Amino acid sequence: MILEIKDLTVQFPTRRGILTAVDSISFSIAPGEVLGVVGESGAGKSMTGLAVIGLLEPPGRIAAGEVRLEGRRIDHLKHEEMRRIRGRKIGVIFQDPLTSLNPLYTIGQQLEETILTHLPLNKNQARERALSLLREVGIPAPEARYGAYPHHFSGGMRQRVVIALALAAEPRLLIADEPTTALDVSIQAQIIALIKRLAGERGAAVMLITHDMGVIAETAQRVAVMYAGRVVEIGPVRDVIHSPRHPYTVGLMGSIPKIGIRQERLLQIEGAMPRLNAIPPGCAFNPRCPRRFERCLVERPDLLSAGSSRAACWLHALS
Amino acid sequence: MHSANPLLKLESVSRDFDVSQPWLNRVIEREPRRILRAVDRVSFEVKSGETLALVGESGCGKSTVARLIAGLYAPSEGRIEFRGRRLQMIFQDPYASLNPRWRVRKIIAEPMIFLDGGKPIGELLLQVGLSPDDAERYPHEFSGGQRQRISIARALAGEPELLICDEPTSALDVSVQAQILNLMADLQDRLGLTYLFISHNLAVVSLVADRVGVMYLGRIVELANAADLFARPRHPYSRMLLDALPDLGMTGKPRTPVAGEVPNPLAPPAGCPFHPRCPHANARCQVEVPRFAGGVACHAVEEGRI
Repeated sequence: MILEIKDLTVQFPTRRGILTAVDSISFSIAPGEVLGVVGESGAGKSMTGLAVIGLLEPPGRIAAGEVRLEGRRIDHLKHEEMRRIRGRKIGVIFQDPLTSLNPLYTIGQQLEETILTHLPLNKNQARERALSLLREVGIPAPEARYGAYPHHFSGGMRQRVVIALALAAEPRLLIADEPTTALDVSIQAQIIALIKRLAGERGAAVMLITHDMGVIAETAQRVAVMYAGRVVEIGPVRDVIHSPRHPYTVGLMGSIPKIGIRQERLLQIEGAMPRLNAIPPGCAFNPRCPRRFERCLVERPDLLSAGSSRAACWLHALS
Repeated sequence: MHSANPLLKLESVSRDFDVSQPWLNRVIEREPRRILRAVDRVSFEVKSGETLALVGESGCGKSTVARLIAGLYAPSEGRIEFRGRRLQMIFQDPYASLNPRWRVRKIIAEPMIFLDGGKPIGELLLQVGLSPDDAERYPHEFSGGQRQRISIARALAGEPELLICDEPTSALDVSVQAQILNLMADLQDRLGLTYLFISHNLAVVSLVADRVGVMYLGRIVELANAADLFARPRHPYSRMLLDALPDLGMTGKPRTPVAGEVPNPLAPPAGCPFHPRCPHANARCQVEVPRFAGGVACHAVEEGRI
């Protein structure tokens, strides 16, 4: 396993008490595997990504659990040590490419700097590597674009540059947080294909965080569905999409309009996800759940085996 | 396409924006004026009671069309004819489109100044699935989906025949989007509303629309019944858009890789604006702008090549 997360808990101490944004979640990602992490805003999926790369904004902190990269614990490393691991071992792609690029440097300078920081190469070799990376992510005529600034590029091309930067030091783990959300569909398809190819060819593990089930279906092998800070279902993508086991996943899949299927109305989950300061006792989904019973109101379910997936739902305790 | 009595009719409507440098820069740097044609000779009709959707990628001019119809911009050329009495608009961002200093009661009552009377606020709130007590609260007390319900209640308060919806669910999570789309469908059934629905999301469009116009660089390149468009897209750009969609069914269907990006609208290509990305382009496409005929603007379709 490249990434192993065990009982990870992220908390924010506030004046009104401690908020738990990520609540005791566990999963792992193998080499060459793309794990999708899906959920709605506030479910904790980006927080999980930030906790792994050690970029939680204070006062947010890892309150419990551990994160292992290739077997080595990285959740309690010092700032400097973590900085060396980010970039060298973990590549990161955020939703907005402009936040990851420095507007004052050319893309060539930014790539070269990253490569020289992390790899034992000289300047010429770094330039060669930068050019081949740009070619690999599909930037036409990289020699001509080498001296261009980020604002010279379109949104899709910028995201390609960010991916090239994330890959510069051959990381073992790639964390992509909504990498295609800001892009048009035609560009989105190109970026998805790129991420998929990179995982396959380089054997890197990819954690793909998105709210878009379609992107997950195209890219990932396994998917973790998050709700109110917890993983409520995890399993092979095909099973989670075609036979979801948790009532929230069922509702989520039913809410997505699908082309080619005539439907008058979408399946609707009533209400909204609870705020962090008002998570109900028992199962956090129980106020919205059409299949709740007494046990759901008082006792919180852990992930239980359900077919080839696992779901945090008492319905699966019966069988 | 030509019904006897359309509610809304656009005839060859264009809109230019002047994006030139300031006068002094133009004089010193000898730069010419620069005109951006955001909408280029767009014509279509919307029948009473139907939903027409406009889809396209960012910068294709779909929101400009919405704003032209709402009267927020004046057309540079062409005619817009609205045969109803009132229209209202719902915007994408439910955080920016409600005045944060006003109570919900005042927000919703605003369009009623053009009416004699109007419906009670409580009734309007119930109609969109909120409670009458919500009238005394402020927008910040509501979630994104609830705010979009308030926007809809405000639009309904003006008793419009036509509702222009500019990406009404794009800022919402999928489960909330489903609630809003179901609500809009119910309201259309109950009140006989006509929708002009602007969206970049083809799956949403396939759910709500009766007819769909596909826009590319300011023009409508294909206009068809929703069922036909999604089953048999004709314009190469419509085909490309549908092909690019992530496949939730995981059928593993082969897909043609999508190439290239939308060109700079300040310097659109000559001839058919799509020809640099089109797998069917030939010499004619590079020089001659295709005419919109029979629901599609494409030389290859007209010549029977595809």
